[in-house]
Amino acid sequence: MPAPLHIRDHTNDSRIIQRRLLLAAFCMLMLISGLLARMYFLQVVQHEYHSTLSENNRRHVQPVPPPRGRIHDRNGEVLAENRPSFSLTITRERVPDMQANLQLLRQLLELDDEALERFERRLKQPRRPFEAVPVMAELSEEQIARIAVNQFRLPGVEVQASFVRWYPHAEHFAHAVGYVGRINEQDLRRIDTVAYAGTHYIGKTGVERHYEDWLHGTVGYEEVETNARGRVLRVLKRTDPVAGRDLTLHLDVRLQAAAERALGGRRGAVVAIEPATGGVLAFVSQPGFDPNLFVTGISFADYAELRDSLDQPLFNRVLRGLYPPGSTIKQMVALAGLDSGAVTRSSRVFDPGFYQLPNHSHKYRNWNRTGDGWVDMRLAIVRSNDTYFYDLAHKLGIDRLHDYMTRFGIGTRVSLDMFEESAGLMPSREWKRINRRQPWYPGETLIAGIGQGYMLATPLQLAQSTALIANRGVWKRPRLLKEADGLEPDESGTPENIVLKNPADWEFIIDAMADVMHGERGTARAAAQGAAYRIAGKTGTAQVVGIAQGAKYDSAALQERHRDHALFVGFAPADDPKIAVAVMVENGESGGRVAAPVAREVFDAWLLEPEEDEPELYWEIQP
Amino acid sequence: MNLLSRITAGSTDPLRRRMPLWQRIHVDPWLLLLVLLLAVVAGVVLYSASSKDMGMLYRQSAAWAVGLAAMLVIAQIQPRFMQRWTPLAYLGGTLLLLAVLLVGTEAKGAQRWLTIPGVMRFQPSELMKLVMPMAVAWYLGSRSMPPSFKHVCGTLLILALPVLLILKQPDLGTSLLIAASGIFVLLLAGLRWRYILGALVALVPAAVAMWMFVLHGYQKQRVLTFLNPESDPLGAGWNIIQSKAAIGSGGVYGKGWLHGTQSHLDFLPEGHTDFIIAVLAEEFGLIGVALLLMVYVLVIARGLYITLQAQDSFGKLLAGSITLTFFVYVFVNIGMVSGLLPVVGVPLPLISYGGTSLVTLLCGFGILMSVHTHRKWMSPTV
Repeated sequence: MPAPLHIRDHTNDSRIIQRRLLLAAFCMLMLISGLLARMYFLQVVQHEYHSTLSENNRRHVQPVPPPRGRIHDRNGEVLAENRPSFSLTITRERVPDMQANLQLLRQLLELDDEALERFERRLKQPRRPFEAVPVMAELSEEQIARIAVNQFRLPGVEVQASFVRWYPHAEHFAHAVGYVGRINEQDLRRIDTVAYAGTHYIGKTGVERHYEDWLHGTVGYEEVETNARGRVLRVLKRTDPVAGRDLTLHLDVRLQAAAERALGGRRGAVVAIEPATGGVLAFVSQPGFDPNLFVTGISFADYAELRDSLDQPLFNRVLRGLYPPGSTIKQMVALAGLDSGAVTRSSRVFDPGFYQLPNHSHKYRNWNRTGDGWVDMRLAIVRSNDTYFYDLAHKLGIDRLHDYMTRFGIGTRVSLDMFEESAGLMPSREWKRINRRQPWYPGETLIAGIGQGYMLATPLQLAQSTALIANRGVWKRPRLLKEADGLEPDESGTPENIVLKNPADWEFIIDAMADVMHGERGTARAAAQGAAYRIAGKTGTAQVVGIAQGAKYDSAALQERHRDHALFVGFAPADDPKIAVAVMVENGESGGRVAAPVAREVFDAWLLEPEEDEPELYWEIQP
Repeated sequence: MNLLSRITAGSTDPLRRRMPLWQRIHVDPWLLLLVLLLAVVAGVVLYSASSKDMGMLYRQSAAWAVGLAAMLVIAQIQPRFMQRWTPLAYLGGTLLLLAVLLVGTEAKGAQRWLTIPGVMRFQPSELMKLVMPMAVAWYLGSRSMPPSFKHVCGTLLILALPVLLILKQPDLGTSLLIAASGIFVLLLAGLRWRYILGALVALVPAAVAMWMFVLHGYQKQRVLTFLNPESDPLGAGWNIIQSKAAIGSGGVYGKGWLHGTQSHLDFLPEGHTDFIIAVLAEEFGLIGVALLLMVYVLVIARGLYITLQAQDSFGKLLAGSITLTFFVYVFVNIGMVSGLLPVVGVPLPLISYGGTSLVTLLCGFGILMSVHTHRKWMSPTV
C-alpha cells in the first residue's frame, strides 16, 4: 500500500449501500407490479380477444366434398363412377424450400417439366391457406413407397387418397356422357366457390356438364382441431355432405355397341331415339377419345395429338356436326307441300333428268342423269327424285318451306339436356338479308328443297325430326336423362306439336318411306332385305364440295375426304315405332348402300332378341 | 487438510459450537426452501410444456441435482477466499472468452461454445456471469465509497473487455446481462447521481451508434418486431402474438394443467425454454402467475436481506449484484414473453428447460449462502 493512508469509514460505506439497496428494492417492487399489471391486462382485460385468437388457432372448419353422383345406362350399367386414387399434393405453407422439394420429386417420380409447369400454374391460382395443391395424380404403389421412404426430406408433401372420376367404357361414351376435369379459373367464375369448397373436379362437357348441379351434391363441413403445422388431431363437429344424385340415362350400352360395330370404325355419327319418350338410346360419334385422360389433367402432347388429328376425335359430330341434310328432308318437304295445299298426293312432274325455272337456262340436275319420267309424290320419295322436289320447293316458296322445316326442328336447338348443341341452319329471306346482305334468289329455294345449299343440320336434328314423323307430329325433345331420383329436367320450351289439316297424310308419307325400304325401286331396299318388321326410312347424301356446272361427279378423282357424306334416317316398326335412327357416315358416298345398313343393324339390335353366341359388347370394360 | 480448512470455515473456530446447525453446514434454509419450491414448480410446468416428455424431465432433474450440489459446495467456500482468487478467475474467464472467438464451436450462427472433444462443451460466458460481479466487487470493495471518477473508469475497463468479447460472439442478451451485473455493483457502491444522469444522457447517441454499427440484422429485426409484432404475423412477430394469445386466453384461473391448447398444439414456439411462463400463464391463469411472482419476490427479498447482513463491502456488493441480476432475469423474461420488451434469449430463471443457466443461477445462490453463513459475528437472527 502506498503512503497516503485512507482510513475507510465502514459505517459510511454500509450506509451508502443500504440506501442504494432500499432504492433498488423500491424499483424492483415497481417493476414487478408493472409485470403483474401487464398480466392483468392480458389475462383479464384482453381475455376475450386472446381467447378468440387461441380458439381460431385451434379450430378450423374444413369442407368435406360430397361424393359425385354416378351415371348409369338404362340397364344399370355404369357409365361414370368414382374410384379411389392416390395423388401427390404439396402444401406451400409448410415447404421451406420449394425448389429443393420439386427437384427431389422430379428424381423420385420421374416428373417431367410439363407436369411441374402445370403444378406451378395451379400454385398461382387463388386458394385458401394450408390448402394442398396437387402435383401428380394416379400414383402407383411403387411411387407411393418411394415417397414414404423419403418423406423426411419432403416437408409439406403428402400422398392423399381421394376419389377420381372413372369412365369404364372409355372412348365409347365420351361424347354423350362427357367428362369432368379440374376446376380452372374459368370454372371459378361461374360456380359458387363455397359450394365447391373441397371439390376439385367439375363437369366440363356432356351429361357431366349439363347435370353438374345434380351430380355434384352438397358440400359438408367438419370442424377440426389442428396443431400449428396444420395436422388434424380430432374432429369436433361434423355436418355430413349430401352425395350427388345418381343419374340413369336412356342410353343402352348394348345398342351403343351395336351401332359402333355397324359403323365399323368409319368416321360418322349414329343417333337412336325412342320416339315415345324422346330418350336417346344410342349416341355415337366416331372416332371418340378416352375421357379418363382429361379427368386428372391431360398432358400437352396427348392433347395436341387429339386436337390435331385429321379425324377430329374431340369433335362431337352428333351435337355439333353440321351437314347439309340432303334428301333426308324430302319427306318433310312433301308433308309441307300436302299440308299447305301446294300439291296433292297425285300431282305429277315430268323428270327429264333436270329441272329448269321458267325463263332460266340453268339446269338443276336430278341425281339420276337419265331422268325418271313422270313422277308423283310417292315415287319421288321412293326414288328420292330431285326434279320433283325442285318443282315442289318452287311451288311452296322459301317462306313456307322455312316455316314448316322450323316446326320440324331444323335450324333450332332440339335437345332437352345436351351441352353445347348446335342449332344448325334453316335459311330464310331474312337470314340471307342480315347475314349475306343479299336478296333471296328463286334458285336457292330449289336447292333448299333437296336439303342442300345453305341448309345445315346436326345428326341429332335429323334423328329428332324422324322421331317426330314416327310420332305423327307429337314433339318429344331428345333427352339423355331417364331417371334422377325423382328430379325432372325443365321441359318448358318444347315446340308445339305439328297438327296436319289431314292427319292421314302422316300415314301416306310413312307408307312412302316404307317403300323406300321395302319397295321394288326403293333407294334402301338392299338394307331392308329379310327384315322381320317394316321400316320407314329415307336415304340422303350430303355434298362436301360443290360440283361445277356440267362437270361429271367423279369419285375417284376426289380425295377420299371430299366424297359426299352418306345419310340415312328411319324408324321401325313403321306402324308402331319403337326406335328412330339417324346415321351419318362421313365420306360414305351413298346413303342407301352405306348409311342404311348401319341403321338396319341398330334396328335389329333393338327390336330382335340377341342371338346366343353374339357377344354383348365388342370392347372390354376397363376395371 | 490445511488447504481445506483455509477454503472452508475453520473447524477450530471456537464459536462454531454455539452456531445453529444451518450456520454450521453453511446453508441458508429460506433460500433453500424457496429454490426447492421453484424446482417443484419447474417440474410441474415442464411436464406440461414438453408434452409429457419424461426424458426431458429426467435431464432437467439431473441438471437440478448438479446445480444444487454446486450450490452447496460453493456455500462452503469462504467469501474471503473467493475475493483472493477473483483476479485470477477474471483473467481465466477472459482468456476463455478469447478462446471461444478463436476456436469456439459455432451453433445457430453464433460462436458461443468451447468444446473439449469427448469430455464436455461449455459456455465461458456463463462463467462470466458469476465472475463479473465478483471482479467489480473486488475492485470497488477495497476502495472507499462512493467511487471516485478514476475508479469508475477502472470499473468500466474491467466491464468492457469481457462484454465486448461476448458481444462479438454475437450474444447481445448475455453481454447486456453481464454488463448489468457489473453496473449493479457500481450503483450499489454509491455511484454519484451526476455520473448516472450523465450516462443516461450519453445513452441516446450510444443507442444510435449501436443500431448503426454494432447490431446485426436479426437483432434489429427483433427490435422492429417488438415495436410492431403485427407487421409480420407469420414471421418474426409470430412468437410474440402466440405467446400473448397463450397468456391472455388463460384468464384468471387458467385452462388447467395439461390443457393449454396453445402449447400442446405447438402454436407456442419455445414453450419449454424461453416462453415457459406463457405455458404457466395459459394453464394456471393470473393466479398462477401471481403466485410465481410472489415466490420470486421472496427470493429477491431474501437476497436483499443477505446483502444487508453481509459484513464487508465485497460481500455486500457481490450479494447485491447477484440478487439484482436475478431480478433482471425475471423481469426481462416475463417482460419479453408478455410483449413489454423485445425478444432476447433470456430464460425464465430456474423454470425454463436448460441446464447451463440453471447451474449458473444455483451457483449464484451458493455465493449468497456463503456470504450469509460465513459472518464472523452473528446477529441474533439467522
